[in-house]
Amino acid sequence: MSDTQTIAPPFDIEVLRNEFPNISDTAASGRPIVYLDTAATAHKPLQVINRISEFYSKQNSNVHRGVHTLSAQATAYYEESRKEVQSFLHAESADEIVFTKGTTESVNLVAYTWGERNVGAGDEILLTEMEHHANIVPWQMLCERKSATIKIIPVLDNGELDMDAIDSLISEKTKIVAVTHVSNTLGTINDIATICDKARRHGIVSFVDGAQAVMHLEVDVQKIGCDFYAFSAHKLYGPTGVGILYGRKALLESMPPFMGGGAMIDTVTFQKTTYANAPGRFEAGTPNIAGIIGMAEAIRWFRKIDVNQLAAYEANCTSILLDTLRSIDNITVLGAAEHRIGIATFVADGAHAHDIGILLDEQGIAVRTGHHCTMPLLQRFGVQQTVRASLGAYSNQADVEAFGNALQKSLRMLQ
Amino acid sequence: MSNQRVIDQLQLDLESLPDWEDRYAYIISLADRLAPFPEKYRTDTFLVKGCQSRVWLHAEINSGLVTMDADSEALIVKGLVGMLMMIFNNRTPEEILQTTDGFIEVLGLSKHLSQNRSSGLASMIKQIKLFAIAFMAQHA
Ligand SMILES: Cc1ncc(COP(=O)(O)O)c(C=O)c1O
Repeated sequence: MSDTQTIAPPFDIEVLRNEFPNISDTAASGRPIVYLDTAATAHKPLQVINRISEFYSKQNSNVHRGVHTLSAQATAYYEESRKEVQSFLHAESADEIVFTKGTTESVNLVAYTWGERNVGAGDEILLTEMEHHANIVPWQMLCERKSATIKIIPVLDNGELDMDAIDSLISEKTKIVAVTHVSNTLGTINDIATICDKARRHGIVSFVDGAQAVMHLEVDVQKIGCDFYAFSAHKLYGPTGVGILYGRKALLESMPPFMGGGAMIDTVTFQKTTYANAPGRFEAGTPNIAGIIGMAEAIRWFRKIDVNQLAAYEANCTSILLDTLRSIDNITVLGAAEHRIGIATFVADGAHAHDIGILLDEQGIAVRTGHHCTMPLLQRFGVQQTVRASLGAYSNQADVEAFGNALQKSLRMLQ
Repeated sequence: MSNQRVIDQLQLDLESLPDWEDRYAYIISLADRLAPFPEKYRTDTFLVKGCQSRVWLHAEINSGLVTMDADSEALIVKGLVGMLMMIFNNRTPEEILQTTDGFIEVLGLSKHLSQNRSSGLASMIKQIKLFAIAFMAQHA
């Protein structure tokens, strides 16, 4: 639970791949699959799978209710998980960590609770052109309820945010800035510390969508200086259906509940209910206990890897991926940010993304096709349907080479 | 050719092809059989719902036969559309409705198409049959 990390062993990709049954045991799925869709969801290491199975087979019980041993134990694991996340994000207090279903729920939680209280008619919400729909739609819904408006920080041709535009977009009406840490389509790593700093100096609340960041970068919410930070466990080598909302304590305490039910109350009478303090106030009902414990295990697994070694390894794979794509005629990769992670979204002249996806799939290569839940961003680049290849810690050079060859073959077939 | 004969012929052709590349090349080649799609129908009104890539389908009834124009922006899907037109175009509404969806299985297409894609194919067939039902109702 402390911040002192064990000395990381040298990063060994073969050892790491062996920890992922879905990667190493290709016989299980019937045929080898080169998985280049980690940005959609990551595979899970055995350590996480085993932990979840152990919880259900040996420990299963509800949390925060009852004195019996199993319940007390489950509660202890549950609260330890919160501390694990706190330490992972370098939050000041474990009370700043709210368990949610995922990034999407985290955004909605803030839009419905903080937003309901603090955004009014004529107010403005500042987003960027590269947001995932999860960080657009809840704000639009809030704007509709409150007659507020959305302003957009533009994306430059190279896939970076137009940082110079921010000052002129901020006004007295701006109430919150919601920005993605890393673009799920361009791979761009945004300078969120600068954006959050600008926000703070204007008394504006900041929300960072970390869904694509936590599995690639060291995240320190205090250094970033954000008010809220959200991510999903399933992209961080953990289970689906769980995620995190980090919120500065004073802010969380000032927010009304999101959903009503068990566990989020202090006292209930038919006349009046008083609510628990944060974070319990935001965790109505029986939570995804096994998922939350699995998420903490995924973080423990992830933190055994030296994040700098991992970043260097991933950067190398990313440049091989980009070089592969750029060496193919007629392929255009969206964006060319200097600071990026292993995501490459591209279009091919004369070949539809959907056809490429089908033919890659026939060759055992899993990629994502479509708009990647960033329709405004694709519109900005003047494209509709794209192919996205994304890398995880377990991706290797052979994966990228197999992808390159299969892509060339697909393009030949589609000529 | 009756549409059962067309299906039988397609089945023979596909089964004679030894590997997946040839089968895809064959499907793609069927795209060439489609008549040029009239641009005036390339609108949202004629989009088939439930397909991942855009598919347009226009139908009218001429002397008791359902005549269709169809197109897709993606090549493989366009080939599948071409195949559907060989089976369904210029047939009576009754013939269209009598063709059971089992032919997808017979052609081995469901094996080659992932869930998403075969449901796209199913959406197209459903749309064709809806047109047939509508035309039958008009003439009833
Ligand atoms: C940048 C970004 N934000 C938000 C989300 C939504 O995450 P989830 O579906 O896990 O709630 C995603 C996942 O696709 C994402 O990539």
